[in-house]
Amino acid sequence: MDVLQIATAGSVDDGKSTLIGRLLYETNSITTDRLEAIQQASARKGIGFLDLSLLTDGLMAEREQGITIDVAHIYFNTPRRKFIIADSPGHEEYTRNMVTGASRAEVSVILVDARNGIVEQTHRHYFIANLLRIPYVVVCVNKMDLVGYQAEVFHTVKQRFEQLAAQLPNQQQQIIFIPVSSLHGDNITTRSANMPWYSGAPLLAQLEEVDVQRTLHHRPFRMPVQYVIRPRNEAHHDFRGYAGRIASGTLRVGDTLVTLPSGRSSRVKTIHQYTTQLAEARARQSVAVTLEDDMDISRGDMLVKAGEQPALVTQIAAMICWLNAQPLVAGKTYLLQWGTQRTKTKILSLDFVQEPVTLEKRPATELAMNGLARVQLKTAKPLPADRYADNPANGSFILMDEFSNATVAVGVTE
Amino acid sequence: MREYLKEFPRALEDEAIYIIREAAAQFQRPAILFSGGKDSITLVRLAQKAFYPGKVPFPLVHIDTGHNFIETIEFRDWLVNEVGLELIVGHVQDDIDAGRATEETGKFASRNTLQTVTLLRTIEEHKLDACLGGARRDEEKARAKERIFSVRDDFGQWDAKNQRPELFDYLNGRIQPGENVRVFPISNWTELDVWNYIKEENLAIPSIYFAHTRQVVEREGILWPYSDFIYVEADEAIEPKQVRFRTVGDMSCTAALPSSASTLEQIIEEIIGTTVSERGTRMDDKRSEAAMELRKASGYF
Repeated sequence: MDVLQIATAGSVDDGKSTLIGRLLYETNSITTDRLEAIQQASARKGIGFLDLSLLTDGLMAEREQGITIDVAHIYFNTPRRKFIIADSPGHEEYTRNMVTGASRAEVSVILVDARNGIVEQTHRHYFIANLLRIPYVVVCVNKMDLVGYQAEVFHTVKQRFEQLAAQLPNQQQQIIFIPVSSLHGDNITTRSANMPWYSGAPLLAQLEEVDVQRTLHHRPFRMPVQYVIRPRNEAHHDFRGYAGRIASGTLRVGDTLVTLPSGRSSRVKTIHQYTTQLAEARARQSVAVTLEDDMDISRGDMLVKAGEQPALVTQIAAMICWLNAQPLVAGKTYLLQWGTQRTKTKILSLDFVQEPVTLEKRPATELAMNGLARVQLKTAKPLPADRYADNPANGSFILMDEFSNATVAVGVTE
Repeated sequence: MREYLKEFPRALEDEAIYIIREAAAQFQRPAILFSGGKDSITLVRLAQKAFYPGKVPFPLVHIDTGHNFIETIEFRDWLVNEVGLELIVGHVQDDIDAGRATEETGKFASRNTLQTVTLLRTIEEHKLDACLGGARRDEEKARAKERIFSVRDDFGQWDAKNQRPELFDYLNGRIQPGENVRVFPISNWTELDVWNYIKEENLAIPSIYFAHTRQVVEREGILWPYSDFIYVEADEAIEPKQVRFRTVGDMSCTAALPSSASTLEQIIEEIIGTTVSERGTRMDDKRSEAAMELRKASGYF
């Protein structure tokens, strides 16, 4: 896997910016002109460290108010792979940003200040990482220099975090703990001489090793059809290629595919990746597939393999996060997008609203921005839905407002 | 010199093709904004891949400031012919002549900001509802907050604080009549990724990206390409220097770099060794701290 997507969240004071700055600095991913600009601006603000938010807080409003408003994207690479960090502000009112950043992530990096241990923000951050079933969570116990690099402090935080994780449902997640000092560079890119009691690899080495896509390859084959390629020219007169990005699983020439919702089946004739014909294609690849038989397949349909078909459902139980300033309106029709399919939907019931810090579930009649809730939805068209827990690549959706067209919510099936 | 990723990460190509196909499927009349620079050349190849063996279902739109590098225009015409694309050209001069845009004056005059007027007019005239551009998030700090499907209002304006969140792979291209969307398929690529891609795909690029001898004017440490479009003071010297261009914009806002890089490998080595960011050679970004954000807010891409 050549690109790893990482989600980070938190405020400036927990050392997150310093940590990201360290990674950029030690992988030589920041140019001198940008570094000097940040050094000067940090000094002007009277900050003793490199305030990396200055690199990513690009909007005027962010600089004026000294706050991060939006998810920022930060890029760096090592000879091993490319890394994309989606960095979100950590405040409660930005839950939607954390969900947005985490939705694409393969690894969630959570920072805990060794002096303060687990705080509210840790709960919120982990709740979202767990809800979205991010396969790897890396807990960096930071500022170890301020607690004398003591092993006991690290182990206490680790133990508390494990207790917190045990309360939540997704137990397949792999959680890695690393004691670090981002200010001094301990266990970031190199092993720390200050903590000989820690036998694990430093952060960067762990991020280079993580292999998360293998799990996607082993799940059932799902490919939402994006576009039908019909050249209608001399050379390719009868060519009909179903173009899409494979969501999960593996596809081989000769496999029997079923089109949903029609249920008709045919065998794979060819798999195209531009001028190359592939014998096999895997999750996350963009391909065009031709079939042995002529079938009426269009955008919105899903190709799956015979024998591993998902059920077609018109009623869905899901956890949703509300993203829009206009709260959920009971009884209103929204548009739901599932893969490349769009359908009208109604929220039948709001089962409960969940508080990510206390995990308390309470009955509610309203859902506003940043709120998390379990709902029951009814859709106009049948959807080939997997449970998000079984196959995250085919278990999520967004809701759009029919009139404003805004993306108002995101959901994962239960 | 730092170690770096030597191969192009193919996951970026899969993502870009996915985005381009979404644009083709969700919009009635999308187009590729083509500047003749490396990023838009990359976009053309990605679009070819997305629809092969079919043709690219979009025209190219070039906003011609009239202050072009001749090499870029020759390259554009060659590419259009080679790939078999429709080309739409919007001329900034037409908007100046019609009084819709006013030429800047003085030593630092540029037609860069005037492009927006012509772009919006071209979008309207050709009823384009989506424009695919080669902008990348790593280029500039305002672009770091840009969406992949970026919705613009009737006036092409970008409202940074009121953007649609983009979750998982979902791209919401639903718009009201009059609105349009800027689509950025290579949002997640870096400058190095683009060069590695050009190398691996063996893409042709305009000759001005490679070292050549050119008449330049040195001003405040910056090498300006000499042309009829720049104003030269009496005490400024016009000298031949061996240079290349790192980005290709209009002649009045793109600075040259002293360079001897004459192959793609040498360009990549040069970029890896550099201590200055890519947009550091763009005068249009140096006008103020928020130059890019302000231009985007008023309709730039």
